[in-house]
Amino acid sequence: MRLVLKGLTLINPDQKLNSKSDLLIEDGKIKKIGDLTKEELKDAEILELEGKYCAPGFFDMHIHLREPGREDEETVVTGSNAAAAGGFTGVACMPNTDPTTDSAEVVRFIKEKAKNHLVDVFPIGAASVDRKGESLAPIAEMFDAGAVAFSDDGVAIKTASLLRSVMEYSLMYDAPIIEHCEDESLADGHMNEGETSTFLGLPGIPTVAEDLTVMRDIIMAEYTGARVHIAHISSKNAVDLVRQGKKKGIKVTAEVAPHHFTLSEESLKGYNTNFKMNPPLRTRDDVEAMIEGLKDGTIDCIASDHAPHSIEEKEMEFIYAPNGILGLETQIGLACTELLHKKHLTLDQLVEKMAVNPRKILNIEVPKIAEGENANLTIFDPNEIWTVDISKFKSKSKNSPFDKKLLTGKSVAVINNSQLYFEGNFRKI
Amino acid sequence: MPLSSRHLLGLAGVPKEDIQLILDTAVTFREVLERPIKKVPTLQGKTVVNLFFENSTRTRISFELAQKRLSADTVNFSTSTSSTKKGETFKDTVRNIEAMKIDMIVVRHQSAGVPQFLTQISNAHIINAGDGRHEHPTQALLDMYSIKERLGKLAGLKVCIVGDVAHSRVALSNIFGLKAMGADVSVCGPPTLIPKGIESIGVKVIHDIDKAIAEHDVLNVLRIQLERKAGSSIPTTREYHNYFGITADRIEKNNKDVVILHPGPINRGVEISSEVADGPYQVILDQVTNGVAIRMAVLYLLGTMNN
Ligand SMILES: [Zn+2]
Ligand SMILES: [Zn+2]
Repeated sequence: MRLVLKGLTLINPDQKLNSKSDLLIEDGKIKKIGDLTKEELKDAEILELEGKYCAPGFFDMHIHLREPGREDEETVVTGSNAAAAGGFTGVACMPNTDPTTDSAEVVRFIKEKAKNHLVDVFPIGAASVDRKGESLAPIAEMFDAGAVAFSDDGVAIKTASLLRSVMEYSLMYDAPIIEHCEDESLADGHMNEGETSTFLGLPGIPTVAEDLTVMRDIIMAEYTGARVHIAHISSKNAVDLVRQGKKKGIKVTAEVAPHHFTLSEESLKGYNTNFKMNPPLRTRDDVEAMIEGLKDGTIDCIASDHAPHSIEEKEMEFIYAPNGILGLETQIGLACTELLHKKHLTLDQLVEKMAVNPRKILNIEVPKIAEGENANLTIFDPNEIWTVDISKFKSKSKNSPFDKKLLTGKSVAVINNSQLYFEGNFRKI
Repeated sequence: MPLSSRHLLGLAGVPKEDIQLILDTAVTFREVLERPIKKVPTLQGKTVVNLFFENSTRTRISFELAQKRLSADTVNFSTSTSSTKKGETFKDTVRNIEAMKIDMIVVRHQSAGVPQFLTQISNAHIINAGDGRHEHPTQALLDMYSIKERLGKLAGLKVCIVGDVAHSRVALSNIFGLKAMGADVSVCGPPTLIPKGIESIGVKVIHDIDKAIAEHDVLNVLRIQLERKAGSSIPTTREYHNYFGITADRIEKNNKDVVILHPGPINRGVEISSEVADGPYQVILDQVTNGVAIRMAVLYLLGTMNN
């Protein structure tokens, strides 16, 4: 079928593209960019998208699908639906499933579940067997089955010696090691350690727990020559360490989650478990350091750390409630509201951090907006004002602290794999 | 004049007038407790649940006695008999108790924030009997009552809380309460037992016990939890006693008039020497009757409130 997208501004910093133009999509491919003839418009479905932007499909490189294991909280399909609704055409999912994604078999299982979906799902394999930090997971087999990176997310790779092995082994594939940076011996807490945790009487996790591991990982990356990617960076010192590492030419990249550039530990007053995540919400100073890091390029990309949990699990005593919040369906809104409209990032930078850089880090080709290319696109309106409503989420879970929040910026449609997601529905195109 | 809140979740943000009202009301009940018939019909027909997820016989008995003296109906629910162990969630447990048409819940729990959480899932008045290392307001009210009884006032007093401030639920409540009443509050202990950023709530931190004794009217000495995290916060109880213990020598040397308060039970020879506990010093040990009076005051003020 033929689909005409009218009135769009096409934007792709990777191609130095920024121009207003109509698009003709035929059988999932970009057929023509530019003014369309009467002939071309004939029998085509036309979407009027004046004032909206069209970028390469956005990519969230850090999400948790709960399949296999906790299909009551999220499946590969419901998570992919949430991704499409949130404006993403690709995601990378963490290996803390049950069983752990530490074998080619589980990697293939996830890929199989994701087959035929609009959203491309790239599994991240565990770095160690069962993420226990004791022995090397079968990295080569998982890579060949489709894993794009390796991580023990949930925890940092336990020992320096295993970290070294994982990094050295990964060199064969130039695959990044994604680290959840947290020194376990310092992490016996439930929120950021400081004035607020003392006031609330909650055991805290100090920022040094993050900083020390970031430092270890960067130094090990320098020594081994491997690539390390710092997941959900949240402390000011950690951003500085990455900045210095990059200056020295060490292969280190970093991502930040929207909640860490939006919220601070103050939100915990009231003990709402929807503000409980790991790393925890830090101080206002740290939030500002995240924004600074995004601006100067220290932080390469934005990733949600989408972590679905059932209502029963979250509506619990604070210290027993699990960490993590949903992220896929609020990410564009938060990024536009907090970064674009507050003039911290330009639209080009935003697209770089949400579509271009995540793929480059994972060695995935960045989609081009050019004639003859497969249409892999996110169409979004950075100026649409909307109110978050968790009851409308496509995710199977509802644990978002942003319910009822007013945001500016929203995904309008996504196109990929010859499918269109628009106005809440998937369609073949 | 009623209390300004329908719950007692902690003493943070509680106005001076409320604390004063509770302390004054406790004076009345203290008198009742001296009578031959110690029972008043004030809360007849009201049901109070003591919801204890953590074992604390002393606190529970004190509350239970206060409830009986006020003629309330009491239901005890503690973890050993609870269904939470069988996989029922906290929320379900509370919903089931709610079905019994209860008026008040006294709750003790390992997690900070549980009393606040309860206010969202129950219509009862909630009284915090200790949540994690957060607050234990009735204990602090009792401490304040005892100090006032001894020294006649709270405003202008210099009070130092000594010991394991980091893991204590009594410390924060004392700090908030005493400050609201116009006292000057410090904390003293090794840095490993002082929580990060405590200065931000308006207390001074000192690490020298001699100075603490010399410069304060009252020391509220916390019990060292011997079983807790041995080795990572203090090296040995001997070293703790030598550097932070309250001894006769130290009192004689620094301040003979200092009032020593200890909520008990004491680890003799750790936070306080036997000489001090049994000697001719101004020591206030566990005030069982005052504790019942304070809890009666709180139960009464909340239980007779118009909803
Ligand atoms: Zn993580
Ligand atoms: Zn994660």
